[in-house]
Amino acid sequence: MTLLQDATSPAKAPKRRKLSSELSILGVLVGIALIFEVLGWIFVGSSFLANQQRLSIIILQVSVIGIIAVGMTQVIITSGIDLSAGSVVGLAAMASASLAQSSTDMRAVYPALTDLWPIWPILAGLFVGLLIGTINGLLIAKTNIPPFIATLGTMVAARGLAKWYTNGQPIALLTPEFTWLGRSFNILGFPLPLPVIIFLVVAFLGHIALRYTRYGKFTYAIGANPQAARVSGINIGAHLIKVYIVCGLLSGLAGVVTAARAASAQAAMGTSYELDAIAAAVIGGTSLAGGVGRMTGTVIGTIILGVMMSGFTFLKVGSYYQEVIKGAIIVLAVAVDQYRRSRKTKA
Amino acid sequence: MLSPSTVQAIRESDAVPGSEYLLDVTGVRKEFPGVLALDNVELRLRPGTVHALMGENGAGKSTLMKIIAGIYTPDAGSFKLRNQEIRLSSPLDALENGIAMIHQELNLMNPMTVAENIWIRREPRTAFGFIDHRELRRRTDALFKQLNIPIDPEVEVGKLSVANRQMVEIAKAVSYESDVLIMDEPTSALTEREVEHLFEIIRTLKAQGKGIIYITHKMNELFEIADEVSVFRDGKYIATKPASDLTRDDIIRMMVGREISQMFPKQTVPIGGVVLRVRDLALKGVFEGISFDLKAGEILGIAGLVGAGRSNIAETIFGVTPASSGTIEIQGKTVSVTSPAIAMQHGLAFLTEDRKETGCFLLLDIQENAQVASLRSGYVRYGFVEEDRLSRDCEAMTQALRVKTPDMSEPILNLSGGNQQKVLIARWLLTKPRILILDEPTRGIDVGAKAEIHRMISDLAGQGVAVIMISSEMPEILGMSDRIMTVRQGRMSGMLERAEANQVKIMEMAAQ
Repeated sequence: MTLLQDATSPAKAPKRRKLSSELSILGVLVGIALIFEVLGWIFVGSSFLANQQRLSIIILQVSVIGIIAVGMTQVIITSGIDLSAGSVVGLAAMASASLAQSSTDMRAVYPALTDLWPIWPILAGLFVGLLIGTINGLLIAKTNIPPFIATLGTMVAARGLAKWYTNGQPIALLTPEFTWLGRSFNILGFPLPLPVIIFLVVAFLGHIALRYTRYGKFTYAIGANPQAARVSGINIGAHLIKVYIVCGLLSGLAGVVTAARAASAQAAMGTSYELDAIAAAVIGGTSLAGGVGRMTGTVIGTIILGVMMSGFTFLKVGSYYQEVIKGAIIVLAVAVDQYRRSRKTKA
Repeated sequence: MLSPSTVQAIRESDAVPGSEYLLDVTGVRKEFPGVLALDNVELRLRPGTVHALMGENGAGKSTLMKIIAGIYTPDAGSFKLRNQEIRLSSPLDALENGIAMIHQELNLMNPMTVAENIWIRREPRTAFGFIDHRELRRRTDALFKQLNIPIDPEVEVGKLSVANRQMVEIAKAVSYESDVLIMDEPTSALTEREVEHLFEIIRTLKAQGKGIIYITHKMNELFEIADEVSVFRDGKYIATKPASDLTRDDIIRMMVGREISQMFPKQTVPIGGVVLRVRDLALKGVFEGISFDLKAGEILGIAGLVGAGRSNIAETIFGVTPASSGTIEIQGKTVSVTSPAIAMQHGLAFLTEDRKETGCFLLLDIQENAQVASLRSGYVRYGFVEEDRLSRDCEAMTQALRVKTPDMSEPILNLSGGNQQKVLIARWLLTKPRILILDEPTRGIDVGAKAEIHRMISDLAGQGVAVIMISSEMPEILGMSDRIMTVRQGRMSGMLERAEANQVKIMEMAAQ
């Protein structure tokens, strides 16, 4: 036995993927959609699913939450949390909108900086995300403040900054070049909004990062057992800073997209988006205890949120009831998943 | 008057199965997905005896204990407690039927006091429904007096040593007036004196007619405390015999089903130049004045009592807790080791003492556990992991170390302790270390895996790896080490060459 030589053995059959948890989440999605379909025929007298426009709206309205959820999933896998994501959306929307105003606005925030090339407002929004993400990361890595508290602080502070920025005034009249980001395209006769494409691209990149890069492997390791990760030579602080920066950047991007879609910005944008993003990740099978989670699950979880939102609107359920039912379904989805897991481990 | 022989005869006639057993389980079967963990297993426990369970890791001891403690439900089998057929539905159910388990991992609530922990859910109340602290204290005092445990009931459990927490666990089990106590390797973290105290308590319990099921890997303990021994192998029941009828070799033979000719095979290998030079290393308040040289191909054993600072020295050399003073020279260069990453850059590897806390990623699979330390410096191109090469090497390494698993994507949680340990060793060997620090490499591991790990360490030394091995097991230290350093209360108390070392000398230098 020569243990230190390059150990080589004939290539084995490729590792079989563990898809069972994704399949069960997909089952939940299909189940919820079918329930709406049946209820649709009973109460509204039309189909829920056979409606092209609705299908594209389902994803469009959660694409911003989806973009945040991609970052949030990574944070939760490290057994952290980022409560500041929604506030970053608001601040980034304000920052980018203030640089995206058209010169027709007599009361522009920066009258000298109107009609700019859209790259500047986009960079401004991303910069806000980078900044808050870095602060989150540094607070968590360099002090012993738990992520919940650190990001609670930046959540409140960033929302305050967003209001302070224009004294609470909304920012309107954005250039068409900028609002292009929130538009739809017809691809093969199917309306595909750009925010949806951004969401799917970001999710794909997130999936690659988690599964195939060292960044991803370390993210899981830190969440699964931080002490063992440290002894294995992982610089936990440096890695956590990266993860929170990624989440901040994605929240900043979400803010840019939100402003572009609305063709305006106001300080309250993105309020409680962080909770929807956490819900999407958790419904998708990410464990708040850390070490467990997949991007595919998060994408499905995000779509489940979208289906529920448009389903309730379709059934003309009042918005107050909607929130109550949404809350119940989130809890139920996680409870079912927990039950399934505990049965599996106990056997 | 009955003659002694008649008394004996009556006793023996009583000893037919089902008449005088406290606990009588037979035909137990338990299947997990893909594994038959227990196959027609039996166990009979007499009151007032200590019944030792022996078997390699994965033999089924822990599964059987979990069935007896109500944690698992068996697929088949009869379960009689005091001659009554019963079915346990939960650990609480078992507890209320007088069966208590003292787990290997202690299950106490650290921020609460000793007394609160013991009487939780059963606290005495005052007339107004508040907790009666005076009565709580009185009951705890009485319990501790009965067991001769010198612990203050008002102290927080988190402030107690591991040994004292174990005493609290035992007292808690006794407080339920349990007749059956299950102890799963209770001495694995205790010093010799603490073990003696534990044995005294066990003898007290025995005299009260309680039955104790005692899982251990330590042979000498078994002969000191056990009345009967049951051996298991690969999920099957092998035999039950009085401890006095057995020798060490008998038990090993029954456990492994093969002869182990040599348990600690350190081969003589050429010793090279100095690769690690440690001078006056100190960690404030923990240890000081540690100086030694380590040569390529050499195994340096570190002996000493638990708490003497052995593990702390290893952690400091590896950068987990950087030194407060002193120098570390690796391959002739002075290195400031302030993090494990720096230590690894210089060819160090460190298998930690606590598999669960600082070793395994229990949620992750074997592959992910084995690869993690190599990703820092290899197998990565432009941030992307070279999956094919990595999984091939991980698989080859785990096979070379004979990890028993159907598949690399099996969660490490499902492996036995010995196999988990081999995966962790694979993790470090994949980094191709030149200096390997092993802290209790065979703790809680069955005899077969132990011998394999010893052979592996010896092979590595033969390939020029310098090894530091911390161990509490005297035969392991004596059998494997070229030199032995003893540590006492945070200071070096001696350095022995292999030829001059023996158990007595080491004990003298290590004891306080």
